[in-house]
Amino acid sequence: MVPDATALMLARIQFAFTVGFHIIFPAFSIGLAAYLAVLEGLWLKTGRNVYLHLFKYWIKIFALVFGMGVVSGLVMAYEFGTNWSLFSQKAGAITGPLLGYEVLTAFFLEAGFLGIMLFGLGRVGKGLHFLATCLVSIGTLISMTWILASNSWMQTPAGYTIDPKTGHFLPKSWFEVIFNPSFPYRLVHMGMAAFICVAFVVGATAAFHMLRDRKNGKPVSEPVRVMFSMALWMAAIAAPFQLLAGDMHGLNTLKYQPAKIAAMEGDWESEGPASEILFGIPNMKTEHTDYAIKIPYAGSLILTHSLNGKVPGLKDFPKDQRAPSPILFFSFRIMVGLGGLMILLGLWSLLLRFRGKLYNSPALQWATLVMAPSGFIALLCGWITTEVGRQPYTIYGLLRTSDSVSPVMLPSMIFSMTAFVIVYFFVFGAGMLILFRMLSHQPSSHESGADPENALQNSHAKGATRLAEDLSGKRS
Amino acid sequence: MTATEYWLPVIWACLAAVGILIYVVLDGFDLGIGILFFTQKDEEHRDVMMNTIAPVWDGNETWMVFGGAVLLGAFQTAYSVILPALYLPLIVMLLSLIFRGVAFEFRVQAHTKEARCLWGSAFMAGSTLATFCQGTVLGGLLLGIKTTGNHFTGSALDWLNPFSIFCGFALVVGYGLLGSGWLIWRTEGELQAYARRAARCLGSLLLVCIAVVAVWTPMLRSTYLHTWTNSSSHAVAAVVLAILAILVAFTFFRSLKSGKDRTPFLCALAWFGLSYVGLALSAWPYIVPPYITIWQASSPVSSQTFLLIGTAILLPLVLAYTIYCYKIFHGKVTSSDGYH
Repeated sequence: MVPDATALMLARIQFAFTVGFHIIFPAFSIGLAAYLAVLEGLWLKTGRNVYLHLFKYWIKIFALVFGMGVVSGLVMAYEFGTNWSLFSQKAGAITGPLLGYEVLTAFFLEAGFLGIMLFGLGRVGKGLHFLATCLVSIGTLISMTWILASNSWMQTPAGYTIDPKTGHFLPKSWFEVIFNPSFPYRLVHMGMAAFICVAFVVGATAAFHMLRDRKNGKPVSEPVRVMFSMALWMAAIAAPFQLLAGDMHGLNTLKYQPAKIAAMEGDWESEGPASEILFGIPNMKTEHTDYAIKIPYAGSLILTHSLNGKVPGLKDFPKDQRAPSPILFFSFRIMVGLGGLMILLGLWSLLLRFRGKLYNSPALQWATLVMAPSGFIALLCGWITTEVGRQPYTIYGLLRTSDSVSPVMLPSMIFSMTAFVIVYFFVFGAGMLILFRMLSHQPSSHESGADPENALQNSHAKGATRLAEDLSGKRS
Repeated sequence: MTATEYWLPVIWACLAAVGILIYVVLDGFDLGIGILFFTQKDEEHRDVMMNTIAPVWDGNETWMVFGGAVLLGAFQTAYSVILPALYLPLIVMLLSLIFRGVAFEFRVQAHTKEARCLWGSAFMAGSTLATFCQGTVLGGLLLGIKTTGNHFTGSALDWLNPFSIFCGFALVVGYGLLGSGWLIWRTEGELQAYARRAARCLGSLLLVCIAVVAVWTPMLRSTYLHTWTNSSSHAVAAVVLAILAILVAFTFFRSLKSGKDRTPFLCALAWFGLSYVGLALSAWPYIVPPYITIWQASSPVSSQTFLLIGTAILLPLVLAYTIYCYKIFHGKVTSSDGYH
C-alpha cells in the first residue's frame, strides 16, 4: 500500500492549493480585526462619527472574510490526517497539542465573541462591544502564534527526541518546541505581512472611491479620506519595518537552513565574497543558473552583512536534499520586489503628506489602487518560498515528505483534487465578487442628528437596534 | 502499564467523547436548520431560521476543529488511521460545510432573488450532505477499520455499507429534529407551528432509527454482541438506556401537544445523549474498532499531560463564555429583528 509518486504529488498540490486559498483569509482577518479594534477605539475615544462609519463599513467585509476563513480552515485541520497521516502519526505528539492549544485559546475566543461583535451592538453596552472586538482581534493574533509555532517547529525542530523503536517524535521540552529558533522571526514577519495586506486593501478601496468621485466631479467624503490616510500611514511605517524583519528572518534561515538560502539565491558554489544574482534561471539538472545578471559582493552583503562573507551554494548539499531552486528563486524575488514597491509607495505618500497634498494626487491614488493585491501576492510568495524551501522534508532534515504522506490511493486523490478545485473556485470566486461589490459602495458619511449613534446616546435601545441593522447592512 | 499510562488515555477518551457530543448537539441543531429548508420554502421564514443561528454557528463548528485537534494531540494513532480510512466521506463533508458556511453571508449579500435562492439551496444541500457524511463516518467507524500494526491497510470504499448509509440517513433525521426543537424554542407563531409539525414527524422517525441502530450495531461484529450479552453491567445499561429513551419519548410527544417551548429540544438532546452512550459502550475500549484501543492509540504521556493542563483551565472558561454569548442572544427571534 505504498502510494505512488503521482499520489504524493497530488497530495502536495492539494495541500498547497487549499492552504494557499486559506491563508489569504486569516491574514485578512488578522489585519482587519486589528483595524476594526482601532476604529472602534477611536470612535469611543473621540466620538467622531467618521470612525463609526468606517467600522460599520469594514465589519461587513470582516464577517464575509471570517466566514470564508472558518470553512477553509476546517479543511486544514483534517487535511493533516487525510493527506499526511504518517506525518501526523510520527509528529502528532508535538503538533497535535499545539493545534489543541490554538483551538482552546484562539478559535473559541474568536468564534465566541464574533457573534457579539457582528450582531451584539443592540444587545450589549458599547464598552462590552468594544471588548468583544478586541477579544476577536486578540484571538486572531493568538491563533497565528500557535500555528506559526507549529510551522516553525517543522522548519527548525527543537526540544524533541525520537523514539528509537517507532521513529515517533516525542516532546522533551515544550518551551523549546514552541520557541524554536525560527519562530520569533516568522511570527513578526507574518504578523507584519497581515497588517500590510489589509493596509493595501483599505488604501486601494479609498483610492478607488477618490478616483471615481473625481471622475464624477464629487468631493471626496471624509471616511474615504480618513481610510486613505490611515492605510498609507500603515504602509509607510510597516513596509520598511517588514524589510528589516525579513532581513533578520533571512539571517536566521541562513543559520538553520542554509540549503534553502542557496536555493532561493540560485547559488551553486559556496563563495565568499559572493555576488547576488539579480535575475537568472536556475537549472537543477546542469547545476547552473543560466542568464545570470550578478551584482558583485551584494550576496555577501545581504546575507552576512559584510563584503567578503561566505555564502552557501547548492553543491554543498547532496542532490536528494536540495529544494527546487527555480521556484524559490522567483517566489523570493517577487516577494522582495513587491516589498520594495510598497516601501516606495509609503515614502511617496509621506512626501505628499508633508507637503499637504496627500489627497490631491491621482497618480498616488492610481498607484495605491494597482497595489491592492500586492500584500497578498507577496504573502503567498513568501509562504511558497519557505514551504517549498523546506523540501524534500516535512520536518526539516528529519522526516521526508515522501515518508509523511497518507496511504490514500490515486483515484481518491484525483476525485478530491477535482472537487476541491471546482468548489474553491466557485465558492471563493463568488465570495470575491460579493467582496468587490461591497467595496464598490462608499462608507456612509452622513453627519446629521438622525445619525444612529446620536440616537444611541439619546435612546439606547432604539438607536442600538437601528445601529445593529445598519451593521448587518440590512436596513430596509 | 503505570497508573498514569492507564488513566490519562481514559480521561482523554472521556474529554474527546464530551467534546464530540457537544459538537454533535451544537452543530446538530444548526445543520438541522439547513435540513429543514427542504420543507420550508418561504423566504421570510428562512430568514428567521437563519437569524436564530447566525450569531452562533461558527462557534458551534469550532467544536469540530476541537475534536480534530484532540484526536491529533491525544490519540495521534487514531487520527492518522481514521482520517485516511474515511477519506472520501470526510472530504465530501468538509466541502459541504464550505457551501453551507459561506451561505450565511452570501445569502444576505445576494442582490438578486435568484442568487438568494441559490445560496439558500447551497445552505440546504450543504447542511444535509455534511450531516449525511458525518453519519456514514460514524457508521464506517463502527463497522471497523482494517489496520495492520497501527496503520490503515484497508481500501477507499470499506466504509460503504448499508449500515453506514443508514447511519447517514438516521443522523439527517436526528439533526433535523434538533433543528426543529431549536425553532420551537426560539421562534413563535406560524414558524413555530411548522416546527412542531416537523418535530412530531421527525421524532417518530428518529425513534425508529435509534431502535434499528441499537439492534443492528451488536450484529455488526461478534465482539460488540459479546460485549452486550456477556457482561451484566452492559445488560443493565441496555435496559436502563431503553427505558430512559421511552420515557423521553412520552415527555417529547406530550410537550408537543401541550405547547411547551423548550422541552422538545431538551428531549431531542436527551435522545442524542442516550444513543451516544449506547454507541460508546459498544465500542469501548476501542477507539478504532476492531483492533486499536485507546491505550494503543495514545500519544505519549508528556503530550497528553501538556494538553490536559491547558484543557483543564481553558475548557471551563470556553464553556462559560460560550454560554454567556448564547444568553446575550436569548429570546424569540422574529422577522422584524434587524440583524441578519
